[in-house]
Amino acid sequence: MTDLDTTGQPSTDVVHLDEGHHIGTGGLPARFEDPGLPTHIHRMADDSPDAGRRAERQVVALFGLSMLATLVFIVAYFAIDKSVGIFLPGIGSTNALNVVLGVTMGISLFGIGAGAVHWAKTLMPDTEVVEERHPQASDAATRSAAVGIILGGGEQAQLGRRPMIKYALGGALGLFALPFVVQVAGSLGNPTKALAGLRSNLWDIAPGVSPIRLMRDPEMTPIKASDVTIGSVFHVMPETLKDSQHVLEDKGKAAVILMRLDPSQFSAAAGGQRAQAWGYQGIIAYSKICTHVGCPVGLYEQQTHHLLCPCHQSTYDATNNMEVIFGPAKRALPQLKITVDDAGYLVAPEGFHEPVGPSFWER
Amino acid sequence: MNALAARRRHPAAIAILLLLGLVAVGGAYSLLAPKQAQASVVSAGDINTGKSLFLANCATCHGMNAQGSAAGPTLVGVGAASVDFQVGTGRMPLAAPNVQAQRQDTSQFTQEQIANMAAWVASLAPGPAIPGAQYTSGQNADVAQGGEIFRINCAQCHNYAGSGGALSRGKYAPSLTGSSGKTIYEAMLTGPQSMPVFSDSNISAQNKNNIIAYLKTTQTEQQVGGMTLGNLGPVSEGMFIWIFGLGLMLGCAFWLGQKAA
Repeated sequence: MTDLDTTGQPSTDVVHLDEGHHIGTGGLPARFEDPGLPTHIHRMADDSPDAGRRAERQVVALFGLSMLATLVFIVAYFAIDKSVGIFLPGIGSTNALNVVLGVTMGISLFGIGAGAVHWAKTLMPDTEVVEERHPQASDAATRSAAVGIILGGGEQAQLGRRPMIKYALGGALGLFALPFVVQVAGSLGNPTKALAGLRSNLWDIAPGVSPIRLMRDPEMTPIKASDVTIGSVFHVMPETLKDSQHVLEDKGKAAVILMRLDPSQFSAAAGGQRAQAWGYQGIIAYSKICTHVGCPVGLYEQQTHHLLCPCHQSTYDATNNMEVIFGPAKRALPQLKITVDDAGYLVAPEGFHEPVGPSFWER
Repeated sequence: MNALAARRRHPAAIAILLLLGLVAVGGAYSLLAPKQAQASVVSAGDINTGKSLFLANCATCHGMNAQGSAAGPTLVGVGAASVDFQVGTGRMPLAAPNVQAQRQDTSQFTQEQIANMAAWVASLAPGPAIPGAQYTSGQNADVAQGGEIFRINCAQCHNYAGSGGALSRGKYAPSLTGSSGKTIYEAMLTGPQSMPVFSDSNISAQNKNNIIAYLKTTQTEQQVGGMTLGNLGPVSEGMFIWIFGLGLMLGCAFWLGQKAA
């Protein structure tokens, strides 16, 4: 093979991979020839009447199957009582009506689609057709006539002569956007009030008010310190929840998890000592709201004293003031100071010292 | 047979063959898989027999006097309920050292032997006793209340329907499907392994019975939504629809795009 093809025609010689680089001939044609469509291959149903009849029967059968399923659907809708159960292998005990309606509707729809597709693929014409494009714009006369209509309409409406109408309409339309903006902005809430809501929860009490009892969630019964055996976990709500006007919102902020460790198990570090000091004989209470994005942190491993968040696996160390030892959370869970009242029930004499839940800007 | 042989190269043949194989294997498994033995109720055990059984099977790790060793914790004060739970579910004697003891289908001991060992361990120091049938049957219970307590206290680890879930470093909360009421009660009472203790002073005996009733209901009730896919929530459901739903749609798309001839 030579480096330059003197004929000016594209070389069709095969270049093997191990022959290295060849300088091209530069003999590309100005326009590639339209190769046209590949030869049309006839389908069986195009050539053989038997195959055509078979395809017809298949299409009719698919549509017929759909009709049958639709009829069964209608009959089942009235005939099957909605409380009737049915045992299906691999699925178990399920609702008979739901199963029959779902299956028949599925077959009914699929039959229509499959029949149509099978019809198109076997019997409808499938010869390749080329449709040439043509310019889409209208001719110059039509276009200028259209412009004339619009401008003439504006002239007849006296837009040019009485501009105040134009400005007033613009003002009315522009101002009309404001109610939507106001609603969206207003729905974001009062920023000062929202921040106060993030900082407060039901455990906050005014000085001098008697401490809030810790209650079992959901039974709402008070918890005696002696009830909390070592290794126990209690899910806790404040006693004041029963007077709440916004129960779900208050629950979401006030949820507390309480556990009892052997006092010897606390870490000797400052965190562990503070945790013990804020607790009562090894009973410690913490906010149950993850400081990452606010999931309830409830998976407590009794042996490792790790508290896990189910959402993103943040792990807190109960022996060391719930410091984060794994996962995306950045701050320890806030601790709730607890003690016992005269009757021996656990109470919280003061609220959390920091906002519970995920971080926010002004924290 | 000739008709069958003629169609063996049909494009659907491989799919049908695979389906038949899967159905055959699944059917055979459900027929032949070992079933859980029905445990019979046995009266209070004999302490001396229990001690000799303990010495023969447990003392290597738990010490000659159940005082514990480097290989196993002390059993003083764990109570009869703990022994009944650990040995009755086949977790003890430990089959192999692992992150946590696994439930076995059958216990190595008869109910009578377990009762004997439980009686001996209970004689060492007071501890939780094996619960009676009154609060473990799930009868005369408030299923809705049980469900609420279960979702607040148990569902974070054991899943909302008791299907189990993962903990840290390979540990896991086991599925509660097929666990007897007594086993569930004992687990709450004793807090085995990673599980915290839920003593009767935390969740009352009646509420424990409510929880058991809730679990039994979720396992036997009619599934209105059809196949539960293990009650694992969006993960298994998403995987199912991604594989089978999208697979079916892809199949249809290929069929649509295929040239007729």
